[in-house]
Amino acid sequence: MTSLIAHSVAIEQRLHRTDLRVEAGQLVALVGPNGGGKTSLLRALARVEQASGRVEIDGESLDGASEARRRALLSFLPASRDMAWPIASRDVIALGLSHRDDERVSDLLDLFELGRLAKRPVNRLSTGERARVLAARALAAKPRVLLLDEPLSNLDPYWVLNFLNIFRACATSGQVALVAVHDLALLTHFDRGLLISDGQVQMDEAPADLLAGERFGEIFRICASPEGGWAVRPLADRQSSP
Amino acid sequence: MRALLALLFILAAAAHFVLPIGPLLEAKAIDPGVAQLILLGLRLPRTLLVVGYGAALGASGAALQAMFANPLASPDLSGASSGAALGAVIGGYWLGFSQPLLLAACGAAGALGTLVLLVALAGRKVDTTTLLLAGLAISLAAGAATSLALALAPSPFAFYDAFDWLMGSFVDRSFAQAAAALIPASIAIILLVRRRRALDLIALGEDVAASLGIRANRLALEVIALSAVAVGACVSVAGAIGFVGLVAPVTGRQISRGHPGSAMIPAAVIGSILMLLADLAVRAVPLDRPIPVGVITALFGTPLFVWLVVTMRRSLTA
Repeated sequence: MTSLIAHSVAIEQRLHRTDLRVEAGQLVALVGPNGGGKTSLLRALARVEQASGRVEIDGESLDGASEARRRALLSFLPASRDMAWPIASRDVIALGLSHRDDERVSDLLDLFELGRLAKRPVNRLSTGERARVLAARALAAKPRVLLLDEPLSNLDPYWVLNFLNIFRACATSGQVALVAVHDLALLTHFDRGLLISDGQVQMDEAPADLLAGERFGEIFRICASPEGGWAVRPLADRQSSP
Repeated sequence: MRALLALLFILAAAAHFVLPIGPLLEAKAIDPGVAQLILLGLRLPRTLLVVGYGAALGASGAALQAMFANPLASPDLSGASSGAALGAVIGGYWLGFSQPLLLAACGAAGALGTLVLLVALAGRKVDTTTLLLAGLAISLAAGAATSLALALAPSPFAFYDAFDWLMGSFVDRSFAQAAAALIPASIAIILLVRRRRALDLIALGEDVAASLGIRANRLALEVIALSAVAVGACVSVAGAIGFVGLVAPVTGRQISRGHPGSAMIPAAVIGSILMLLADLAVRAVPLDRPIPVGVITALFGTPLFVWLVVTMRRSLTA
């Protein structure tokens, strides 16, 4: 069943007209060079900006949906972890819910191992700890679609893997997750990879095919290193690329 | 904590209403009708005005701080109060308005003008230094313009006359004046408080709020316009009173556990209490001359302001 449908969403100068369909239960990675448009695509889907086009989730159009409906349909986790006010972690997570639900909040505190930090003001946590609190907030209302912008940055290896497990559990329960990532080694944890560059989706394939594709290295300006992993592309090779 | 606050509010309001009790008892001994007249005709509008002005400063201070994501945004530091005073002076001494409601509209227009100027100068996503400097510049300019307007006013008594209320006074305000301040201020406060949830969500960042359908730019305009109406109407009747709008939201957020939008209601109550205490203090001073209420709030507010700046600096360098 198709859960997320985007009809020609676009943001002037940053995102060309893009169509996208994502099946329920899919875990989708967004990769691409810096400034390529990953964040713009997520923001356009979340209707953060007055992006043109139309976004439907389970057949329901996002524009004009009430706050409560939007919470049920999607949540957006921006890459910025800044918080100006000293709100306790527990209360930040509760802001992700449309009504009070202490049980859900304590489940999330357990899931993200935040019990010890529950009462600490979120602006006094380390960036990695704050990332966990904000991710818990994004997951709180169990929306149909999760739009997560670099949720794995600033996390230690344990939490990177744990986050991926949590995302997989969300997908298994039928949610869609679009996750912007930088670490190419993590691509294999996803069902589908979108390579975004120059404001458009350049490749849209299973992660293994994406990594093997010729254009993948060209766009990233890297190539497979003989010692395994990746290496920066030689200059001559880069110039010949389109 | 909330119950304690409510109790404090009731005590302060009751004290403000009946104190000083001496003249009241004397009047009652002579003629109970006179005592009733003092209570209902003089004390009641004064108490209501003090409560309403305090609430307007507390609520709009909290709303502006939530919107600018900065604990130093407030009606006085942003120049809104000075702008309102300028508006009221121009309306009263130049355009010759004597209708309280027209003066309140002039005050609101003045406050709106300075707030719009502040956003135009500093932007909305502004660091503390720029916000303070822009607010200070606007305050000084509005203050100077007020003095100029008074100096050049057609009435030669304008300066003397304005001194009585510019720094804040609740003496001998009529019911009509109280209504002119309180009706627009109450409506504005209610509309502000209805936006508390949106202002709480803005704390998660404008992008998250936008994904929930909250348009930050529109919300900012609404908060600015409503704050201008609430503060402007009160300033036009009772003068520019500082620091309450800065201090009340800080305490309000302690009660709302850091939530900047939900802090509006406790901040309004705390603002009322502070204003009641300040006006009680003014009346308790054994002088035959009135002391402006703004002097009292500034005397007690300045140390709190300094403390706020020091703790902010510490949290920035930590």
